[in-house]
Amino acid sequence: MTTPTTWRKPPFIASPVLRWAFYIAVAIYLVGTIGTLPIDWERASEGLTRAGRIFSGAFPPSFARSDLMITGFMESLKIAILATVLGLLLSVPLAFMAARNIAPKPVYFVGRGLFILARSFHPVIVAIIFVKAVGFGPLAGALTLTIYSIGFVAKLLAERIEEIDFGQVEALRSVGAPYLVTMVYAIVPQIMPRLVGLGIYQLDSNLRASAVVGIVGAGGIGSTLANAFGRYDYDFALAITMVIVGAILISEAVSGKIRKNMT
Amino acid sequence: MLEINNLVKRYGKGAPVLKDLNLSVQGEQLMSIIGSSGAGKSTLLRCINRLVEPTSGTITLNGTEMTTLGAKDLRRARRRVGMVFQSFNLVDRLTVMENVQSGRLGYISTWAAITRRYPAADIERAFELMERVGIAQYANKRADELSGGERQRVGVVRALMQRPEILLADEPTASLDPKTSEQIMSLLRDLANELNLPVIINIHNVTEAKEFSDRIVGMRYGRIIFDDKPAALDAAQMDEIYAGTPSQDRQDMGAVA
Amino acid sequence: MDWARYTPAQRMKRYGAFFGVALLVTWALGSIDVIWEWVWDAPVQLADLFTRMVPPDPTNLETILWATWETINIATIATMIAVVLSLPVALISAQNTTPNVVCLWIGRFILVSSRSVNTIIWALLFVAIFGPGIIAGIIAIMFRSIGFLGKLLGEAIEEIDHAPVEALQACGASRFRVVLYGIVPQVMPAFFAISILRWDINLRESTVLGLVGAGGIGIILQGAIDTFQWQEVSMVLLTILALVIVGEVIASALRKKLL
Ligand SMILES: Nc1ncnc2c1ncn2[C@@H]1O[C@H](COP(=O)(O)OP(=O)(O)OP(=O)(O)O)[C@@H](O)[C@H]1O
Ligand SMILES: [Mg+2]
Repeated sequence: MTTPTTWRKPPFIASPVLRWAFYIAVAIYLVGTIGTLPIDWERASEGLTRAGRIFSGAFPPSFARSDLMITGFMESLKIAILATVLGLLLSVPLAFMAARNIAPKPVYFVGRGLFILARSFHPVIVAIIFVKAVGFGPLAGALTLTIYSIGFVAKLLAERIEEIDFGQVEALRSVGAPYLVTMVYAIVPQIMPRLVGLGIYQLDSNLRASAVVGIVGAGGIGSTLANAFGRYDYDFALAITMVIVGAILISEAVSGKIRKNMT
Repeated sequence: MLEINNLVKRYGKGAPVLKDLNLSVQGEQLMSIIGSSGAGKSTLLRCINRLVEPTSGTITLNGTEMTTLGAKDLRRARRRVGMVFQSFNLVDRLTVMENVQSGRLGYISTWAAITRRYPAADIERAFELMERVGIAQYANKRADELSGGERQRVGVVRALMQRPEILLADEPTASLDPKTSEQIMSLLRDLANELNLPVIINIHNVTEAKEFSDRIVGMRYGRIIFDDKPAALDAAQMDEIYAGTPSQDRQDMGAVA
Repeated sequence: MDWARYTPAQRMKRYGAFFGVALLVTWALGSIDVIWEWVWDAPVQLADLFTRMVPPDPTNLETILWATWETINIATIATMIAVVLSLPVALISAQNTTPNVVCLWIGRFILVSSRSVNTIIWALLFVAIFGPGIIAGIIAIMFRSIGFLGKLLGEAIEEIDHAPVEALQACGASRFRVVLYGIVPQVMPAFFAISILRWDINLRESTVLGLVGAGGIGIILQGAIDTFQWQEVSMVLLTILALVIVGEVIASALRKKLL
């Protein structure tokens, strides 16, 4: 018997036909997409000079109109608060609807469908629709982020309800309490800590998102930023971006701290 | 030949764990180090290939002074020192062959390492050694699919792939059942003979130590207090080695000093 | 479980929290700059908009599907490039693999700045630099993804088992090869999971890039909205819905296959 002198690592896809088909498919995709990217080198090199202009225009950041910035930021905060509270309130019934162990089948599907819908659309898309329906401003922003909150909170809340301890529900039911009362007394206290936790997390997310939906006209500091960009006020735009980043970092730290203390 | 002179190791500002330790290991012999927990056995072993940085003293391996080497020379010197670990320390998600070949990582080209196209001579030697310890059929298996005894064999082969000048084993059998433990110990002894390789083993099982070693070193609180043939180890000396606790020792020594 | 009873201190805390929230809401409601008639009118307006959207109009379906394909490509290419670029960033910003403190801080700075600026804001910047189009979109998604991938991957690197790494060091392997053999295999599952997750997120983000001119299906959406073609808008929305759901299905299938 001779000792082998070659060794190959067993390939990830055992069948060579499939493996090569996979490699070729990836290669074709890459060549087909990256190769046909409309890269206009002239534009790109122009882009560099433009980038230079933007950056030299952005430095130093200008805090001259900080009153505008504060107003915008406060508006974002208000939008985030209202959307969080409203979103949480609406999430509770929706979560009940979408909890497999409580809701009847048809209701369950409606509930699930609603928050799949709420989750699938990026807040910016929702915002642009709301802006068209109810006009520019914080109202559209608050509605958008309410939907955004529901998509996230209701889903996790429904999952929490699905793993609930049913002893208490049964106990109350045997006392003869009406169905809704049973729900409120037996289940709500159990999901309350989760709801509060989600709320704090969502407030943080909403604050971030409100900076974005503002760009399509839904109020808040995002609108201030979009305006600054539109008017080529790059130094003001940089100042706003810095404030947004700072606020996000603070909000993330605070919300993380609160949630850590709660558990 | 390994020559350790006046080795001192202290972690941080604490009392020294190794105190002015002298030890010399020649030729092919299997040497066991025994001593109670915290005596400094692991620290001693890990000072040799500088996984632990010695505080002072010298360690000379076949003419190379280990303690003063710079990063690059240290890597070169470490290739000459094989190490086997209590918990095997294999890379779970790699195949047995890749684990074994990682003993050659210091020698092969980066490209060979990335593409896993190992030199023919290395593959041949790997299969020979795996055949020798009985794991050749597992070459393509992932390391985490093996039993403890098999994994330790992989660990041994990985160390031997380095073509080391000395093999260090820190409690190589402590995670294994008694039978497997015996098998690994006799494997180490046989390999020491076959390959003319000095082997130093940290071990808690004194019976096994006596059965398999040519020489036993007893440590207590950072010092060597016994160094002789296994036959010379009697009950009184055992008591001496295993008596007390490190903290007790520390106080006693403190009182003396 | 005694869910109905609280200690007085707990109860005070609860009332306090409740009162605080009420106060915040009152402040927000009282000072927010909205025209309340519009608020009461909103349901009517929304219902009205909805009736104008049905039925969806598929006349431009071909264009829409092409834009969808472009959207997928933006997400996919940007994710791939970001994955590659995030590797060194993750390595230098993980405590146990960073070469030195300076690199650690550079790495952290890259992660924080990438993560704190939203994709859309990145897109605004790159549209201003490179002009409108798919390139600006890809770069924007890439910039945002690097922080996300780098942070999670860096955390995965910090959580690895150090024992095999030490064994490889004891073999005299160089730093790069220790990473290659000791760390890469250990973080592989996390690496795939994180990349797939980000691809899924990027698919969603790519649908809105067009609204700031950075390519993809968002451009069609914007165009249809600007010209009040509400039935086409709903067609686009349906396509996006399908895209996102299919993306999620693919992502979870990949996850199952690879992990
Ligand atoms: N990394 C470290 N930092 C600080 N102190 C350490 C470190 N490693 C070991 N020590 C201390 O050094 C002393 C000797 O430890 P060492 O691991 O060498 O003992 P050992 O003889 O191998 O014990 P065991 O038989 O339990 O493996 C112990 O008191 C231990 O607490
Ligand atoms: Mg030890």
